[in-house]
Amino acid sequence: MATADHIDTDEVLGVRGLTVTYGAVTALRDLSIEVRRGEVVALLGANGAGKSTMLRTISGVVRPRAGEVRLEGDRIDGLRPSQIVARGVAHSPEGRRLFGSLTVAENLRLGAAQRRDRENVEADRERLYDLFPILRERSQQQSGTLSGGEQQMVALSRALMARPRLLLLDEPSLGIAPLIVQQIFASLAELKETGVTMLLVEQNINVALGLADRAYVLRTGEISLEGPAADLKRNYEEVAAAYLGVRR
Amino acid sequence: MNMGLYIVQQGINAVSLGSLYALVAIGLSMVFGILRMTNFAHGDMMMVGAFGTLLINAAGAPFWLAALCGVAVGAAAGVIVERLAYRPVRGAPDVTLLLTSLAVTYILENLGILIFSSSPRNFPIPDIMNSAIQLAGGQITFTAINVVTIALTVAALALLGWFVTRTDVGLGMRAAAEDLGAAQMVGLDVDRLIVVAFAIASAFAGLAGVLWAAQSGIVEPDMGFTPLLKAFVAAIVGGFGSISGALVGGYVLGALEILIVAFLPSSVSPYRDAIVFGLLIVFLLFKPNGLMNRPQEVKL
Ligand SMILES: Nc1ncnc2c1ncn2[C@@H]1O[C@H](COP(=O)(O)OP(=O)(O)OP(=O)(O)O)[C@@H](O)[C@H]1O
Ligand SMILES: [Mg+2]
Repeated sequence: MATADHIDTDEVLGVRGLTVTYGAVTALRDLSIEVRRGEVVALLGANGAGKSTMLRTISGVVRPRAGEVRLEGDRIDGLRPSQIVARGVAHSPEGRRLFGSLTVAENLRLGAAQRRDRENVEADRERLYDLFPILRERSQQQSGTLSGGEQQMVALSRALMARPRLLLLDEPSLGIAPLIVQQIFASLAELKETGVTMLLVEQNINVALGLADRAYVLRTGEISLEGPAADLKRNYEEVAAAYLGVRR
Repeated sequence: MNMGLYIVQQGINAVSLGSLYALVAIGLSMVFGILRMTNFAHGDMMMVGAFGTLLINAAGAPFWLAALCGVAVGAAAGVIVERLAYRPVRGAPDVTLLLTSLAVTYILENLGILIFSSSPRNFPIPDIMNSAIQLAGGQITFTAINVVTIALTVAALALLGWFVTRTDVGLGMRAAAEDLGAAQMVGLDVDRLIVVAFAIASAFAGLAGVLWAAQSGIVEPDMGFTPLLKAFVAAIVGGFGSISGALVGGYVLGALEILIVAFLPSSVSPYRDAIVFGLLIVFLLFKPNGLMNRPQEVKL
């Protein structure tokens, strides 16, 4: 039996009572979520629901007004972004945010900026080139000249170069052709098999629920629905209602 | 005088002047690249570098050692200004940044006047630097300081080029210049990168200050003002935020000024700056982002 102060060793991310504001706008209100080891958790919701804000707060770019963020039990809210990356949280941001004038290889090298085990970095890069062979071909090309899908692969690889304990993905399907989205999600499924823990923000409900174990639906800064992905998939109307805030 | 030799002579003058503009412009562009802020106090690091050299030299250190220390003092001053004045307002609206950097300029220049008075002081350089070098039977003449200026600039640029393209910190700086927010998200220590940028930029300005003082023979508190304006022009011509652009812009500006002085009637020379700025306006009408640029908004 778990006691009240039992430390849950399987919890990778624990967000509790999180409130985030931008000036007068409250983007997240007293929100709690958790991600367990090896899990892929989807964070769904309409535009402006607060999904990106959640990821930005976890990675320390935005400071919460109230609440706490814990990584494997330790508080990380209040740390600087570089310290949070060093603790093992990698963030693949919305819109990819590649360094477009730098080569693919340089982008990946930057993803390893906080790594201490320099000797393994090269092997990791080769493994990512195996996952996305096109990136090996393009390694010396400026990343800004790549197609949208290829750029998303670079963004994903750059985040993985940190060898994260928790991978934050913000809309990896954004602005990418359906076929490439499938390819990217197939790669994410492979990563999931290797045990990478992910918090996945998506607007594409179907692909997200196809990959995720569990999901939260966010509406104007609050959770309007949560549950196992399989259940939510069967009950598409309920998810749509949670999106729009229609009372059932 | 033989026209070919005259051109060579003026070419040497142009490269020497352009080197100084390039040294100052690069630092201005580097800081702008990362922070999107025009650091008007940048020119004052020239003054700090030159006065630093003067004082350390007066205290008994040989000139070359004093100059080296002067450059280091310039770098340190830049880092201190960043820490005390710019970091607290980082991310504030552009107007705030602009006013802050102007305020720092006034504070530094007034500090200079307070300590050294506003009248110019002699800048003592070793005699060897003033010695004339003659080529082609005396038809081409320049002083050793021209040679030193060009040589040190080339060395500094080579070092910077190596640093930016071959080291991890340099790579981080290029990333930060492209997208500061993304640099933060991949885990780069952005505060540290900004300190490095200010240190390098201010060391370059300090070096330019020492060379400028050596060429003119004097040091004064507002000595950085005109070179800063020129460097600003050079950086914009090159594409503000781009290091290679500032380099090219610096030499283009140096060449242009010498061209006006050397090849137009001497009655035109006094209007040199007006002509240069006029050409800049025309140039920007056709290429608003400068020579080397990636398209981006230039914020003052
Ligand atoms: N920097 C900011 N300044 C002010 N308000 C912001 C800022 N960033 C986000 N917001 C506001 O916070 C709310 C949540 O934004 P957020 O970007 O987290 O939403 P999102 O769920 O990621 O939306 P999308 O699906 O469109 O990316 C929105 O109302 C948005 O307008
Ligand atoms: Mg978003």
